[in-house]
Amino acid sequence: MSAIVEARASIPRENARGLEADARRERISMFSLCTPSLLVVALIVFLPVGWLFWLSFFDPAGQPTLENYARMFDSRAYIKTFTMTFKVSFMVTGVCVLIGYPLAYLISQLPARAAGVCMVFVILPFWTSLLVRTYAWLVLLQRKGIINGWLIDLGIIDEPLRLVHNFTGTVIGMIHILLPFLVLPLYAAMKSIDRDYLKAASNLGASPVRAFWQIFFPLSLPGLFAGVVLVFVLCLGFYVTPALLGGGKVHMWAMRIESSVNLYANWGAASALGVVLLVVTLVLLWGLNRLFGLDRVYSGR
Amino acid sequence: MGVATETQITHARRLWLYVYCGLVMFFLIAPSLIVIPMSFSDAAYLEFPPREWSLRWYENYFGSIEWRDATVVSLKVAVMTCLVATPIGTAAAYGLHVAGFRIAPTIQTVLLMPLMVPIILIGIGVFYLYARLGLNYSITGLVLAHTVLAIPFVVITVGSGLKTYDMNQERVARSLGASRLRAFLTITLPQIRFSVIAGSLFAFITSLDEVIVALFVSGGENATLTRRMFNALRDQIDPTIAAISTCLIIVSVLMLVAVQVFGRGRNA
Repeated sequence: MSAIVEARASIPRENARGLEADARRERISMFSLCTPSLLVVALIVFLPVGWLFWLSFFDPAGQPTLENYARMFDSRAYIKTFTMTFKVSFMVTGVCVLIGYPLAYLISQLPARAAGVCMVFVILPFWTSLLVRTYAWLVLLQRKGIINGWLIDLGIIDEPLRLVHNFTGTVIGMIHILLPFLVLPLYAAMKSIDRDYLKAASNLGASPVRAFWQIFFPLSLPGLFAGVVLVFVLCLGFYVTPALLGGGKVHMWAMRIESSVNLYANWGAASALGVVLLVVTLVLLWGLNRLFGLDRVYSGR
Repeated sequence: MGVATETQITHARRLWLYVYCGLVMFFLIAPSLIVIPMSFSDAAYLEFPPREWSLRWYENYFGSIEWRDATVVSLKVAVMTCLVATPIGTAAAYGLHVAGFRIAPTIQTVLLMPLMVPIILIGIGVFYLYARLGLNYSITGLVLAHTVLAIPFVVITVGSGLKTYDMNQERVARSLGASRLRAFLTITLPQIRFSVIAGSLFAFITSLDEVIVALFVSGGENATLTRRMFNALRDQIDPTIAAISTCLIIVSVLMLVAVQVFGRGRNA
């Protein structure tokens, strides 16, 4: 392209016009390469979501109404669902930060070979089916499961704890599944921090702890923010793990959408819930994209 | 210098960090690893370590027509998704990379949308749409939906491969008289093939492991493996699922190794 621009200066006008037409043709043919993908995305994502948006303004009898949105503010069941969703999301995101940050920090400082080995621990679960990992937790956490067995053998508890089919099990399973989404962008951000800053800090007399908090930590914040938003957003719409590990006690947003459709066949209610979930998700991701660039976040998988 | 780390703290003084991270890595990997030995247990309930070893859960898995059918459906859908998503995703990535038109970032965002829209919303939306199109419970419908979920991964992976490729090579081929298609197939594609292969593996595994859309739009004789597993897990903990899980873990590991081998030297 730039060669074309350079050449353009020195040639007669009609040639320039010809080149312009060529460039236009080039743009059109390149755009047409994108059309198959655009068409299927439009058919499978945009059309149905638009349709659901439209449906969200109608009640089951087909009358226009705002009831589907109003219900979110006054129905106790809905408010309980939202409270639970945000409680789980904050908890999972918080624990992910506490255990993910040190891990990303350590891996980012290891020599390439060792870092590669450690990354396997992060990436392998990422590649393993969500369902398989949820199943594994179901087995580990059950009444006669390994964790209860160990705790009893160690004499920490006498009676098996209720670790699954409740809030605890859901949170443990979700932390396990979402942790890589925090560690990968965080690791990428930490890797790009110039180590010379830290050397300069210690040259100037900063203690290692001070150098970490004053130099390293602020520079790692964009990556941390990316990971936090990603984990939080995925929590909000999570279905499989709470459905299987929650034992019906952890009713989350996505599950309410599913039951509105499958149990009550109330498309308006399900659509309204979905639309609000979508808006919250997109607003958070939009903020993230402005800061970090989404394709970089996902390039780990 | 020998004992100090980059941060001027000795390894011994941050032993706690190594131990802590070791525990976190154990937490990440242990669940998948523990399922494998348990699948070879002879007991009717899952125990670790197993007292008696047997292959009975594998016999159960491969002997059951329902599980076998579901596996075939899942594999069929995953292969077809891979075959559809890879070429159209690669074409889009190429178009976006070469063209540099003003709306390219917008198109890129649109193509990444399936990653951003909550999957539950796509699930019910597709279910609603397919009810009108008569595509529910069909392989075609499932492949179409999975293709859309896989496109972002192909676009990202191939796009990052193209960034490290020198497009002038293709220009040379064309100035020597090769058609655009020929130049792409003989010059560009061989050099970005690792990204394309990695992208296609992403597409395959995305489809194979997908649960929610399959819960809504697959069923009857075209129920996927994940759908059957999900429903089975709701009722009880059937050890057969440990055997299936082990098989899925092996597939994941193979895919991961393949991506690492193909993508060596690049962060695909």
